[in-house]
Parts: sequence; structure tokens; C-alpha cells
Amino acid sequence: MIDSDYELLDNIIKRYDGIEGSLIQLLLDLNSELHWLSKDVIWHLSQRIGIPRSQIFRVASFYKAISLTPVGRHRISVCMGTACQVRGAERLLDTTESRLGIIPGQTTKDRNFTLNRVNCLGCCAIGPVMVVDDDYHGRMNSKRTEKILNALGAE
Amino acid sequence: MERLTSREVAICTGTGCLGLGAAKVVSAFKIEIEKRDLQKDVRIKETGCPGFCEKGTLVVVHPPGVYYMGVQPEDVQEIVEETILNGNLVGRLLYTDPATGKKAIREDDIPFYSHQMRLLIKDNIKINPKNIDDYIALGGYGALSRVLSQMRPQEVIDEIKSSGLRGRGGGGFPTGQKWQSTRDAPGEIKHVIVNCDEGDPGAFMDRALMEGNPHSVLEGLIIGAYAVGAHSGYIYVRMEYPLAVQNARIALKQAREKGFLGKNILSSGFDFDASVHRGAGAFVSGESTALMNALEGKVGEPRPKYIHTSECGVWNRPSVLNNVETWANIPLIINRGSAWFSSIGTKRSKGTKIFSLVGKVNNTGLVEVAMGISLADIIYKIGGGIPGGKKLKGVQTGGPSGGIIPAKDLQTPVDFDELTLLGSMMGSGSIIVIDEDTCVVDLARYFVDFLCDESCGKCTPCREGLKRLREILDGIVSGSGSEGDLQLMKEIAGVMKKASLCALGRSAANPVLSSMTYFSEEYAAHIIEKRCPALACKALISYCIEPKLCIGCELCNKNCPQKAIRQEHDISVIDQSLCTRCGICFDICPPKAMAVKKISQGQSRPADHSSLNTNLKSSLNRSRKA
Repeated sequence: MIDSDYELLDNIIKRYDGIEGSLIQLLLDLNSELHWLSKDVIWHLSQRIGIPRSQIFRVASFYKAISLTPVGRHRISVCMGTACQVRGAERLLDTTESRLGIIPGQTTKDRNFTLNRVNCLGCCAIGPVMVVDDDYHGRMNSKRTEKILNALGAE
Repeated sequence: MERLTSREVAICTGTGCLGLGAAKVVSAFKIEIEKRDLQKDVRIKETGCPGFCEKGTLVVVHPPGVYYMGVQPEDVQEIVEETILNGNLVGRLLYTDPATGKKAIREDDIPFYSHQMRLLIKDNIKINPKNIDDYIALGGYGALSRVLSQMRPQEVIDEIKSSGLRGRGGGGFPTGQKWQSTRDAPGEIKHVIVNCDEGDPGAFMDRALMEGNPHSVLEGLIIGAYAVGAHSGYIYVRMEYPLAVQNARIALKQAREKGFLGKNILSSGFDFDASVHRGAGAFVSGESTALMNALEGKVGEPRPKYIHTSECGVWNRPSVLNNVETWANIPLIINRGSAWFSSIGTKRSKGTKIFSLVGKVNNTGLVEVAMGISLADIIYKIGGGIPGGKKLKGVQTGGPSGGIIPAKDLQTPVDFDELTLLGSMMGSGSIIVIDEDTCVVDLARYFVDFLCDESCGKCTPCREGLKRLREILDGIVSGSGSEGDLQLMKEIAGVMKKASLCALGRSAANPVLSSMTYFSEEYAAHIIEKRCPALACKALISYCIEPKLCIGCELCNKNCPQKAIRQEHDISVIDQSLCTRCGICFDICPPKAMAVKKISQGQSRPADHSSLNTNLKSSLNRSRKA
């Protein structure tokens, strides 16, 4: 952890001071700032809020939105919801996998991309859908995928 | 045409339209309006989702409500010039009826909307969800003020009871009865909860309501809190819906400022406040008891069901948990009366229901209809039928725990009980249309795979049963299924149904069971003939190039990632030993040629089709020589 991380941790803990049951909210905020939670972060959090590390780890490992491994600069999520599925999400994922050379859950060697598959993002009418760093892209095909990945510096 | 004095441009900025570039359309309008110095005359309103996501970005110019579809940033200048300044229509952006070619100008002229009964989502296109005044201007919070000034809590519950409203989250439990047990439960402190953890793939009505009209949900929640005697509430929104989280937070803040939340609401002496909790990405958390665990900051695993949450819910206190859509119905019932509400729908399912109509259908989007309408009406009248002249195979309703209804049962009226009779369920209301290109076995495998991922693992029947089902189905779609498989799956499903802890496990085998019932011949083709009739299961199909149709453009071999296509005598030939059946050649083959074919011959690994190609080729050569 670097100095600014400690400060961040303090600020986020303050946000939920005295609110019962806010562990998940706290972890979500931390995750959205740091993109993943290291052992160090969990250890310090445990010290500060007095919840055992085992319990924090159990919660953090249960929920998909919290990452316990480092993620890349760009986060690519391919929606595998039913509506996207029947409109060719599988192929979209295949294309992305072979383009980046990783499978879902992995990060490229240059730490530029992390690929994930997600179960329904709720924009089923415009499927297949891909989310790139919080931007939604509807009606995706291999050509547009290529364009987006190239723009973000895929090798 | 008369000059249209336009004053307001409503642009849908729901997640669907945003995914199609709505943000760029908004900024194009802002730039164009500023450039022409029209800021005083023309207001731009960023609204919620009215449902017709297929045709996004949607733009409505008021008055008189010209409905433009598929708007791109480059169309904006023309809309401002023609419609706003000169009062003319931009014909190409209007809805065109594919059957008659007639253009529709206003919302009510569009068949997608005119066959619906829109009570809950109609206002979405009129409201900026980030501005409480828009909601109030349409009569919002009127029901709350009536309840607080004129009705006693028990009267509110009685009104909801006699309306016949049932929970919209899937179970269909009578809402009034739920409220009554919480009201009657002992304990000073009670809670009310909005469930917006819409995890069912293919369902997005809760997102549209929470993003597009959050105050309607909040008003319902406050009324419910008053009725059951709760002073604190939670709005639980999955974090996959960032815009819904944001709009819910803004709604709470603005309601607090206006005095609809906090101490002594509207001088009635009633205190209530609520907060937003984000879900962290676990499908099972949408189950009511698991959601309560998540609210307490714990792992979202379900609790045993013999303890009723209405008496012992979050923090072990009596809690009412309702779905977003259920809460949004409350102000309607109060405003227009339970008699009016119960006049809509069928005998045991009252009111309207929002469905998400997706998959292989022309008009995808959100559809709000009176309960009791037939599936056929939804798909053909509202949905505009199946694209590409394909044949409809069936409809999947109720999310991953629902079932697949075959085409022959499409006249079934849609309500809670009828769908259950068919082995499916209403669920949260997703209708996924599948056509002849979708393999039912593969779809069942997909749902089981999904639930396998999402099962929390607490109880054995669900955790292990799903894994075994997945193994068997994986075998069937890859050509190694055996005849005992169907019987074995039935037995596993039986145990899961009886012995699982929560609804997820109990209903998890539904897609397998219903597809085995209605599409047994498709299972037989996979297991006995090792053939996929829908030509979808990768292991059972192969691609080949019809030499007679191949124009030798080489697009396929240039794009083949496996380099499995070679040129022979001016035409392309696929080497089956290298082909991974990715289907890129099939997609990329020019429409005028359409030479790439999918075949499923009834062998687990089809023989090298280059020999097939060679045969055809030699016959081609022969015919050329002749």
C-alpha cells in the first residue's frame, strides 16, 4: 500500500462510520477506487474497523464485484445474459478472447486489459453488449470489437 | 403542415439508448441549440427509458410529440432546422410500419406502443429522473399526501388487499397480505425494502423504473412504510446498474429536501427515511432472505424459509420486501382506487405487468400489458414477429428458473397461474423469444451453467445437483450423451425440487424439465443421432463451402483465425481437421454468394468435408467441361 491508499481507506471508513452492516458498501467503494483489494488493504481494513480478516475475505470472495487479483488498465465485460446469448454473445466473447489472448477472469501480460464475462447488464434489447470501462456498447460485432480494442492499444 | 412551436426535446438517456450513443445525441442538441441561440426557447430534457430500446436513440419533440427513432448525432442539425424551426417532419426518422409502410408521428400511432397498456412506464419519457419537480408536475406524491392526511394505516392495507396486487418479483405473493403480517408482527422497529437486485438475465424492467421514474417507487415505499409502521427503509440496487444507483440516491436527496422523507412528513407526524444499498454482484442475493443478509453486510446466502421475513427479516425485525414494480403500483392504486385496479387483468392476476421482450423478435424492448394478454399478441402485435422470416420455436419466460414454452402454446394468457401450469413461471417478466436457430438443449445447458455459477453452495441438492446436470448436458451437446441421461436428469431434478433450501435451487431444474417435456425430439436427435437440428451445438456441426456458390473472393480464408481455409481451383475449401467452428467464415461470406453452409450430419465429429468439397468440386468441374 502507498501513502495515498491509507488516506483513501480512512476517508471511506469515515463515510460509513456508525452505520450498521456497511461492510459490503465499504468494500465496493474501495474496489471502485483501487480496482482490486490486496491482502495488505484487507489487513489494514480489518485493523481499522475491527472485523476479522477471515470475515472480510469471506464477503470479498463471495461477491463478483469485488476483485482480489490485480486488474488491467481497461476493463472489458462481455454480457452473457440470455438475450445477448441468443444474439451471438458467445461469438463476441470468442473474438475478444482470441484478440486479447486471454480468457475471462484474466489480465493481459502488459496489464492493459482485464476480460470478464457478466450475467446480464439489463440492456437486453441492444444485445450483444460489451462494457468497456463503464461505457456501454450495444449491437456489437467483431468489426466494432476490433476497432474499440485497437483504440485502447491492444497489441 | 402547421408550424410547430417546439419548446422541449425529450431524449431517452436510459442505459439502452446510452449504449447506442444517446450521450452524443444530447451534446449534439446542446451545441446546435446554443449555436442558433435558442436556449431560451428550447429545453432539452434527458429522460428515462420508455421501452422501445430496439429503435434507440429515441427523441421526442414537444409539442406535439413527434417521435423520432434511431437518432444519430448527425441527424440533430436537421431535427432542429426542420422540426423545431420550420415545423416540418423528418420522415426518415419516424417509425415506419414494416407491413404497410405507413409512417407514425406520435407515440400512440406506433403499434409497439398502441397495443400496450402503459400505466407505469408511460411517464418515463416525460420525466427527467434527476428532477423531482417533473414527477410532482404529473401529480406525483399526491397519493402520499392523501394517505398521510386522510387514511389510517389499516385502511391503506385494506385498499391494497382489495386491489388484488401480487408481488411482481416472481413469486406472486399477495402484497396486502404480506404488509398485514408485518403490521401485525410484534416489535417496535420495522423495515421496508425495495428489491432492485434484478439478476434474471433478459429482464430489465426494474432498471427502467429505477432509472427512469425513481420517485414513483419511492412514493410507494413511503406509503408502505406508513401502512406497516416502519420508519426506516432500504433501496437495494445491484451495482451492475450504476445509473439506477445514482438516480435512486438523487431521488432520496430531493425527496428529503421537499419534506417527503425525514421527520414529520408533510406535517403528519410520521417519520421515515431510506438509504441506498448496492448489491455486489451475486444473483442469489435477489432472493429475499439472501438480500437481507446482504443488507446486514454479510454473505448473501438464503436463510431457512420457515422463518417468515415479514416477522423476522433484516436485523431480525419484521420487514416488508417488495419488488420495484410492486412498489411503483402502490401510488396508482391509491390514486385511482382498488376497484379500478382490480378491473384490469384476469381473475387471480390483477393490473398490468411489464415484460422485457427480447431475443429473436423484431421490436425488442419493455412492454407493459394488462395481465391475461396472450403470448402470441405480445410477440406478433407488439413485437412485430420474428426477424428474417424465421420460424418461431418457443418462448422462454421467468428467467433462468423459468421454462421454455413451445410455439403451440402461444395462445396461453399471461398471468401468474397459467404460466406455472405450463411448467414455466412469470418470474420477474422476461420473455425471450427463440427461433429455429436456437438449440433448446444448448439453451437449457446455458441456464444450468448460469445457475451453477450463481448457486451460493450452501445446500447440497442445489450445489451438487446443478453440477451433475451441467455435466450431463455438456455431454449431450458435445455428442457423448447416452440414453439413460434423460431419466437421470429427471431424478436429479426431483431431488433438487424437494430438498433445496431456497427458490433458486427448487426451481433450477425448470428449464431442463420443461425443455425435455416439450422438445423431446431435439434431445433424441442429440443423444441418438448425434445431430443438432438447430445447427447450433459446435461439436455436432461443421461448416463447408458449397463449390457451386463460392465466388472465390477469399474473404473467408483471409479472415479465418485458424488458417483452415485454402484456395483450390479458384474456390475456397475448409480443412475440417483445423476448423474450430467459430463461424466467422459463415458470417463474412458475402450475401450474394452465401456459399458457407452449416451441416449436422449425425456424427459426433464429422468426417473431413474437404473430401465432400472435392466430390462436389469434381462434379462441378465435370459440368464445366460439359
